[in-house]
Amino acid sequence: MNLFCVGLSHHTANVETRESFAGHAESDCILRRAGCAEALVLTTCNRVEVYGASEKRVSTDEIARCLAREIEKDAHQCAPAFYRYEGEKCVQHLFRVASGLDSMVVGETEILGQAKKAYESARASGAAGPWLHRLFQRAFHVAKQVRTRTEITRGSVSVGSVAVDLARKIFGQLSKRKVLVLGAGETSERTARALVSRGVTDLRVSNRSSDRARELAGLVGGQAIPFDDWRDECREIDILITSTSSEAPLLTPANLAPMLCDRIDRPLFIIDIAVPRDVDPRVNEMDGVYLYDIDSLQSVAEQSLALRRQQIAAAEAIIAEHVPDFVASISRGWNRVSRTAERPSIADSSLRALEL
Amino acid sequence: MDRLLLIVSTLCFLAAVVRTIVALRAGIFRTIGLGFIFQTAFLSIRGHALGRCPLTNLFEVFIFLAWSVALVYMLVGPAYRLSLMGAFTAPLVVLLQGFALIAPIDIRHPVKLPANPWLEFHASISIIAYGAFALACIAGVMYLVQERQLKTRQLHSIFYHLPPLTDLFAAITRLLWLGFGLYTLGIVSGFFTSRPLPRVQVVAAIGIWMLYAAILQGRHLRRLAPKRVAALCVIGFVAALTLLWGITFSAQTHPLP
Repeated sequence: MNLFCVGLSHHTANVETRESFAGHAESDCILRRAGCAEALVLTTCNRVEVYGASEKRVSTDEIARCLAREIEKDAHQCAPAFYRYEGEKCVQHLFRVASGLDSMVVGETEILGQAKKAYESARASGAAGPWLHRLFQRAFHVAKQVRTRTEITRGSVSVGSVAVDLARKIFGQLSKRKVLVLGAGETSERTARALVSRGVTDLRVSNRSSDRARELAGLVGGQAIPFDDWRDECREIDILITSTSSEAPLLTPANLAPMLCDRIDRPLFIIDIAVPRDVDPRVNEMDGVYLYDIDSLQSVAEQSLALRRQQIAAAEAIIAEHVPDFVASISRGWNRVSRTAERPSIADSSLRALEL
Repeated sequence: MDRLLLIVSTLCFLAAVVRTIVALRAGIFRTIGLGFIFQTAFLSIRGHALGRCPLTNLFEVFIFLAWSVALVYMLVGPAYRLSLMGAFTAPLVVLLQGFALIAPIDIRHPVKLPANPWLEFHASISIIAYGAFALACIAGVMYLVQERQLKTRQLHSIFYHLPPLTDLFAAITRLLWLGFGLYTLGIVSGFFTSRPLPRVQVVAAIGIWMLYAAILQGRHLRRLAPKRVAALCVIGFVAALTLLWGITFSAQTHPLP
């Protein structure tokens, strides 16, 4: 039995090509009819891959045709965009994919959930049998090990999530924290939503246009505050998200200092996503004030990404430990199966029997 | 035999340090717990041999201090659930015990007076207070490391493992109160020892007490920013350690009659 992977990803194909070969509900069944003993289609926004097990070689063109969304699509023309891994290389590729090493954002964990979902779906439809079961179970195990033994998933890599992570590093639980959103722009809305999703309940919105403030407050479950009152709110709040279109800084050390005198033991986290900036950068030098503008948030995101990239070697080492071990175990399993049955059943009982 | 127990204990704490370096997220509570058991066994054997609390020379004072640091960590560590607290505690214990083992300070003095329970209570409770101050100092270092990274926006790997600033500050405050309470008890009990206390030692001990009282008062009245409280915890502990050294050194060079 030969394990193989055929697919295209953000490394080899643009989004249009990936869309054309995104597969459909019956792809795995068609693949089985094409000669695959077992087949599983993994489709995400960055990749379309077929993992299969077959007695004889199923050509890449054949698989591309099965994946094509339109019958008239000329799969042959797009064939160079497809990659193919067989045996050990296929195992290694899946372990890398599941661990997030092959993702556009290195270390992202969403792919693991997507792989699990694809496997469950293929198992339920009967397209995935004992070989893919073992392959994917091991891949999930390896991915978990990579996540726990390395820093590959550490830190946030988008501006919104960096802001939320920093807030949690300063305040811990966010449920009792008070947030003021000053300026109801799109980025403030996204950041406010991210904070609400992490437990913030006390959210106030202030904007020059009170209608827009009320609208955003309604959207995020907050409370609209008159724009003239925002300075008074600063005495109470813990997090300030500011994105007004003001030409001059709204907050300077001089006008912030009186607001801080009553709250010396409570930190103030300011997220300034306005351009030009709403907050004088010197505010960051004040005790207990942590100011992050759009560039600093971006810089933290890049640092996290760099940190993740540094962990690639450690993650690859874990994968390198598992690949030969898995290949050896599957060879032993195949010899055992070939003595008892010509073709393995994909019933759950046999899956368990084959599981080492 | 007792020194062997101490070496094993030091190795346990060293293992905790190595484990942290290899995997920052590794749980080291059990390893520290094992080291603490060997420390306790050492102090128990030494105390039995001396017939009194093992605080008769600088060596024993260092080991007792290391034991107090581990004790306070074992008590507050699980309660505060501060990640990396153990990772910062273990190196301090290794440093204290390593120094005690290497330096020629385990000098046995002929015991001239019978054991005085008040003096032993005074000495032991004061050193346990030092243990709490040491933990406050460790939490202070963790606070300052994280604060600096947040201010400079240079976030290193360790940043992601440190507890939130507000949790650290709450722990610092509680540890300061614990240490301050025990230290007050230690100083007060010193006046019941019915032995003449060197004036310099008394003045210095009250000086340390006043420093911690001032930190707590500044914190209570909201006159000190958390960063300054954290920095003062570090300064306070270094001062307290210097005083402890001075007291023990002067007691060795000018023993009481």
